[in-house]
Amino acid sequence: MSRATATDLVYLIAIVGFIFALIGLSSPKHARIGNLAGATGMLIAVAWTFSLPTVYGQTRNLVLIIIAVVIGTAIGVPAARNVKMTAMPQMVAIFNGVGGGAAALVSVTEFISLPGKSIAIYKICEILFGVLVGSVSFAGSGVAFAKLQELMTGRPITYPGQQPINAGVGLAIVAVLIATVLTANTALLVVVVILSLAIGIIFVLPIGGADVPVLISLLNSFTGLAVAASGFTLDSNLLIVAGTLVGASGILLTRMMSHAMGRSIGNILFSAFGSVITATGADGGPDGRTVRTGTADDIAVLLAYARKVAIIPGYGLAVAQAQHVVRELADTLAARGVEVYYAIHPVAGRMPGHMNVLLAEANVPYDQLVEMDDANPEMATTDVALVVGANDTVNPAAKNTPGSPIYGMPIINADQATNIVFLKRSMRPGFAGIDNELLYDPKTTMLFGDAKDTLSALVAAVRAV
Amino acid sequence: MVIVGAPGLMSFITVFVLAAFVGYEVVSKVPSILHTPLMSGSNAIHGIILVGTMLILGQAHGAAQETLGFLAVVLATLNVVGGFVVTDRMLHMFKPRSDPKPASTPSTTPTGDDGSGSGSSGSPS
Repeated sequence: MSRATATDLVYLIAIVGFIFALIGLSSPKHARIGNLAGATGMLIAVAWTFSLPTVYGQTRNLVLIIIAVVIGTAIGVPAARNVKMTAMPQMVAIFNGVGGGAAALVSVTEFISLPGKSIAIYKICEILFGVLVGSVSFAGSGVAFAKLQELMTGRPITYPGQQPINAGVGLAIVAVLIATVLTANTALLVVVVILSLAIGIIFVLPIGGADVPVLISLLNSFTGLAVAASGFTLDSNLLIVAGTLVGASGILLTRMMSHAMGRSIGNILFSAFGSVITATGADGGPDGRTVRTGTADDIAVLLAYARKVAIIPGYGLAVAQAQHVVRELADTLAARGVEVYYAIHPVAGRMPGHMNVLLAEANVPYDQLVEMDDANPEMATTDVALVVGANDTVNPAAKNTPGSPIYGMPIINADQATNIVFLKRSMRPGFAGIDNELLYDPKTTMLFGDAKDTLSALVAAVRAV
Repeated sequence: MVIVGAPGLMSFITVFVLAAFVGYEVVSKVPSILHTPLMSGSNAIHGIILVGTMLILGQAHGAAQETLGFLAVVLATLNVVGGFVVTDRMLHMFKPRSDPKPASTPSTTPTGDDGSGSGSSGSPS
């Protein structure tokens, strides 16, 4: 067997490992084994690559590679081990961004190493695609990281002339791309890189915090496609398949997320949702309606004597890092014979499935985590819907108020429960900036405060009942 | 590396299209409870760009290529190790109910998954 065939075979094994990693994720039971299969595939592919003459034979460059891998590992492993589960979205964003950056660098380096005139047009197109998409993913993930880490505001950022500026940058890059294809000029490639980075930034700036789940899955898809483009450039089936798997999965996930928001992908990415609407939300409140606030003791009695309680978590739970306390409350109630389940909206939080990971961290068994579609039929027979740090995902305006910005978004039907309890920091509207009529419902009791504090008070009060 | 002409370009495109379908099929079976691990798991998979960066740096000549290649390997390594470690940490946390109530655990038959596994992994070759 020739070395080239052996290489293809080894890379095929790695590909199979990656596919098993994705198949494993069809159930929590074998997900971890699947991930190990993927990691093994990666290890085999990288180890084999070290043995190739184009790598192993180049002593000086081999040393550089080893140093670079050691540096990457020394930074990456501790960061990945120590990150808090609540900081997971920004961690995923940053790891995604560096992947996009690496793909863009591969394309750039390949471009400058090619001899000037004899490059086929399709080759330049592959390279430019990798540079463009990889750079957008790199810069976009960086801004998403800054938003999630609260280095900058999570609100959509808009400025006068935003649309014309974006259009101008868009036209400029199209022109430069065409010029680069025709001339294969390295200086032009530098302009492509700069413009691509700029596009990544201005693309993400107007996207607000609650829309980040869609954004992150889209950027993940971009990186996958950039890697696939590198695969075309380097004639590597391994990179093409792995990159395309991720690209396809990211696009599918993006579609699922936008579906769960009841909005089109275009609307989420380009409408700066939440910035305009905040103004209308502000004057929706003071119209004489009153909310009923309760004490922890009142609510504890309500919960303790309930038959069935639904806990509906939202981003407020993550902000307060209250996942452990909420589990304590659920356990305390369960010990009294109350049936407790968690009703989880697909876009609650800052990344797809965010709430599930947080609650899993607090050792909530995954069979208590009920998806929205399965939870909604249960709501009518639920005695208390306990909404923890969520708002828009239970707002009946999504069903009842045509013209509301969230109209058409699937929600958890907390309004059908016999009693509703909101644990909220304040009366401030949710991310969408619209008033929630459920807060004024006669069935609703409010308990204001940080979710962790109010939940701790509830745990103590339930124990005292 | 061949520059002129398009040897094998069509077969690469074939692989690309088939991989897109495999990815779509496999990922559509992932329940929403595992969407975060899916994000970070697929994140780790595109870390395979590490192999590409190694090939690039291995063949690099001159300071510009070596610097870019070096940076690329560092970034790609971060992507790989970070992606897999974070995913493993997350998946480790997903546990079924430990008290004796196994009846409520949703049961997925492993045989079905194996079947789709061999089917999909065969197509990219």
